[in-house]
Amino acid sequence: MNEHVIQQTDNIEKHTLSNKLLANISKFRELGLIVFIVILCAFIQWRNSSFLTIENINDMITNAAILSILAVGMMLVLVTRGIDLSIGAIIALSGMICAQLVSQFSLNPLLIILIGIVIGIVCGVLNGVLIAKIGILPIIATLALMNVFRGLTYRISNGEWVSSYQMTDSFLSIATGKVFGINNLIVIAIVIYIIFYYVINHTVIGRQIYAVGSNPESAKVSGINENKILILVYSTLGGLSGLAGVLWVSKFASAQGDTATGYELTVIAVCILGGVSIAGGAGKVSGVLLGALLLGILQNALPLLNVSPFWQTGIQGAIILIAVILNTLVKRSVDRNNLVRRKI
Amino acid sequence: MGKFKNVLMLLLMLLLLAACGNTSTEAPATESEGEGEAGTAGDAGEGGTAKYAFVFKNTGNPYGEKMYEGFEKAINEAGGEVIYRSPDQPTAEGQIQIIEQLITQKVSAIAIAGNDNDALEPVLKKAMENGIKVLSVDSAVNSNSRMLHVNQANPERIGRVQIQAIGEMINYEGQIAILSATSQATNQNLWIEWMQEELKDPKYANMELVKVAYGDDLRDKSVSETEALLKSYPDLKGIIAPTTVGIAAAGKVLTDKGLAGEVALTGLGLPSEMASYIENGVSPWMYLWNPIDVGYAAGYASVELVNGKTGALGETFEIGELGSFEVVEDGDGTQIMLGDPFKFDSSNISEWKDVY
Repeated sequence: MNEHVIQQTDNIEKHTLSNKLLANISKFRELGLIVFIVILCAFIQWRNSSFLTIENINDMITNAAILSILAVGMMLVLVTRGIDLSIGAIIALSGMICAQLVSQFSLNPLLIILIGIVIGIVCGVLNGVLIAKIGILPIIATLALMNVFRGLTYRISNGEWVSSYQMTDSFLSIATGKVFGINNLIVIAIVIYIIFYYVINHTVIGRQIYAVGSNPESAKVSGINENKILILVYSTLGGLSGLAGVLWVSKFASAQGDTATGYELTVIAVCILGGVSIAGGAGKVSGVLLGALLLGILQNALPLLNVSPFWQTGIQGAIILIAVILNTLVKRSVDRNNLVRRKI
Repeated sequence: MGKFKNVLMLLLMLLLLAACGNTSTEAPATESEGEGEAGTAGDAGEGGTAKYAFVFKNTGNPYGEKMYEGFEKAINEAGGEVIYRSPDQPTAEGQIQIIEQLITQKVSAIAIAGNDNDALEPVLKKAMENGIKVLSVDSAVNSNSRMLHVNQANPERIGRVQIQAIGEMINYEGQIAILSATSQATNQNLWIEWMQEELKDPKYANMELVKVAYGDDLRDKSVSETEALLKSYPDLKGIIAPTTVGIAAAGKVLTDKGLAGEVALTGLGLPSEMASYIENGVSPWMYLWNPIDVGYAAGYASVELVNGKTGALGETFEIGELGSFEVVEDGDGTQIMLGDPFKFDSSNISEWKDVY
């Protein structure tokens, strides 16, 4: 009798211990990514000692800032089981219109940023309405609008580029200026991440987005306006893309019709690296931030490593694949663990 | 009334058919004339003025527009009608369709910047069988499908001149790097080969080419690659970027890092994109051919072909203001080459930045 009880408690203890460990892995998923990043950094530093210098870290984060801004918006869309392929085209459109405005009227940079955001929001609302009100699949609606926006950019620009001599110094200083010694792009990204972290985790709207993504039927039953949420996430991503367009043109001092072609896939890759599920309902701001950091490191470090250009994209793809496989394995074990717990 | 209309329609259609029949019988006729001695006068004489078509890679490309400008100027000087057609997307399929239409329109000559080296062969051969003179410009098609190629500049000169420039900028001493487009780009790879050839000259003994980096003609990647060059080779003295996006991205990086005068930049770039960086001293000077001249040469070459030249080795082509050019070998085919690329520096950049 006594022995039996002891054995049982022993079992339970073992269970809770393994439960704790496995349950922690779900939190550890980000830690896993951090460990991966640390190992990668150590390796790169070993191969090229200029990697972990302040100048390089500053360059790297500045280059990854625009990507990270877009990724947090894309995360919201992915969480609602959607996808947005039009953001590269929105970046080009907003960048081109703003560059032309600057070259003709030399407007205040803050006003230009605002105009860029508005252009992006208009594009995003179009996406949202097609998807929410008319019920077109997100991948098709945004693919179609991607071509529309891109075509519009070529039409507006007449195929011509806006070059740096046509831009004002104040406009170019959006991307080169500093606040407290930190590049503006990094500051803007940090501000956006703080806002999104708060909204997503601590407001009703934020939680409703997850509800719509993880179970649309019950979200509807519980009185959540699904259409409103969908239009909201697409217009948010649109607004961020519009902002990114202005930042892009300011950073590279040139607006081309084919700016950021295919960039949407890089952004989606960042989200997946950060643990956002394409199937919707899952994704964290901290994960996306780490994903953007990892891709930023890759883009910065591969040229430093002196790898053959033939291998660069291949290596980048392989690292993304490894990260995603790790993510899937961890998720599977967590799910299995949850089932075990339910039985008890 | 209804019946009358029907009869009228039928008559009209018959007339159209007859017209079609006419053109198809006429085409071989002009060809046989072309083979004879009197063919030159016949071509221009029959249709009033000769029609010269220019087909670029795609619409809305400022470089193509400038090239067309030169083409139009040449044809206007020589007398003739100009047709400008390009597909919406830079595909061979789009160009094939356009060439088919041009064959039906019975143009005298087609100057084309090809989207594919081989894919256009059947349709261009068909055009030549119909007596149309075919030449490629800027981007060549294979030697079976053209009579002549108009090369924007001599690839050997393009490669050599850039090494000579960077040598002069850094006093023939120190490390240099190349920032190219993609690792697959045929043009760039050919130029880089010539650069390496030029570097063998003893006067460059103190210069070292440390790396060829590839920015893939993407802004963000070109910036990352430039930053990596500066960090991996702290003693780097010069960068050559033989590609428009790459050189502008490198110019921006060097400007932002305040390296004007410390790391010299040259290469091939668009004057409008490079104006800021030439004016602020990051790039003392750089090169590009003049697309207007390239188009102009293509225009005059078309006229010369229609007037009876065949594009055979050793012929001389009169290219209006640019003078005369000898036809030289180009693999299996022939071409004319427009000398050295044009040099853009602080003295002339302000007048060129608005042009293209």
